[in-house]
Amino acid sequence: MVKWTEEERRIVRGVWEKVDIDEIGAELWARALIVYPWIERYFGSFGDIFTTTAILNNPKLAALGKVVLSALDTAVKNIDHFKAMYASLSRQHYEKIKVDPDNFRLLAECITITIACKLRAELNPQVQATWQKFLSAVVEAMSSQYK
Amino acid sequence: FDAFPEKLLMFCSFWGTSLHCKTCWVMFNPKSESFCTSGTWGRMLSKKEKKLIKEMWERLTPVAEDIGSEALLRMFASYPGTKTYFSHLDISPGSAHLSSHGKKIVLAIAEGAKDISQLTVTLAPLQTLHAYQLRIDPTNFKLLSHCMLVTLACYLGSEFTPVAHAAMDKFLSAFAAVLSEKYR
Repeated sequence: MVKWTEEERRIVRGVWEKVDIDEIGAELWARALIVYPWIERYFGSFGDIFTTTAILNNPKLAALGKVVLSALDTAVKNIDHFKAMYASLSRQHYEKIKVDPDNFRLLAECITITIACKLRAELNPQVQATWQKFLSAVVEAMSSQYK
Repeated sequence: FDAFPEKLLMFCSFWGTSLHCKTCWVMFNPKSESFCTSGTWGRMLSKKEKKLIKEMWERLTPVAEDIGSEALLRMFASYPGTKTYFSHLDISPGSAHLSSHGKKIVLAIAEGAKDISQLTVTLAPLQTLHAYQLRIDPTNFKLLSHCMLVTLACYLGSEFTPVAHAAMDKFLSAFAAVLSEKYR
């Protein structure tokens, strides 16, 4: 399991405190679909996601953004043992939704950049590095049941 | 090719350093500069995207030192392995080496952005430098590109829209691919 120093825990919590789940949730999937359009393959039931305008205004995407951030909230609050808590989520993404796990990494990058646009200078190099360490652990937890 | 719907253009993507057109499965070979039925690297980005990229880098040129050194610092912090290429320089925050190196990188990117369809020509000397002298593992180009995107997001805030982000990601991927063209 990943080890966290006191400083790293403080940094992750500090970033998370500043995340507005509604605001960031809405933008997060928009960014992912616009930057990595092949992700569309998993969104057959989401209606119109084929133009920038449609993506930015799609309510199902906004709702899914909040779902993802709620799961992240669980990870932030249980930073030492969320991997076990993520097992069923991982299995669901593998067996039901059949998501290529590389997409977890792509979504993580979009999360970081969405947060960077809001936090700006506060997301300094050290904070970015720690935040990315946390998201890598989340990506690993999401990939854990792929066997 | 300009008549192709934007959606089809978007479906072209990278695997490693080779590019396949998802509609016709032609492998893009940077050496022969062929891409589906048309000409150049420039086709990967739409006219709108090329204009956007050119304008963004024009704006960033006056702060090349700040942007460049910040991107490098972010890369060193998140990916410590990248520091191994810099043992001959002082890369501590605020150092003269860091500023001048960061500036050099950003100015090279900005130069490439001026005419994206000529990327292979513009980058020819840098291709040789990276392939035969520096021999930086090209995986690292992705790491610096990511940190460049984060730097731009922090610098531009909400102006770094998803559309700008997508265009910039595509441009930096193309830049990195051209840079590693002479490696093997």
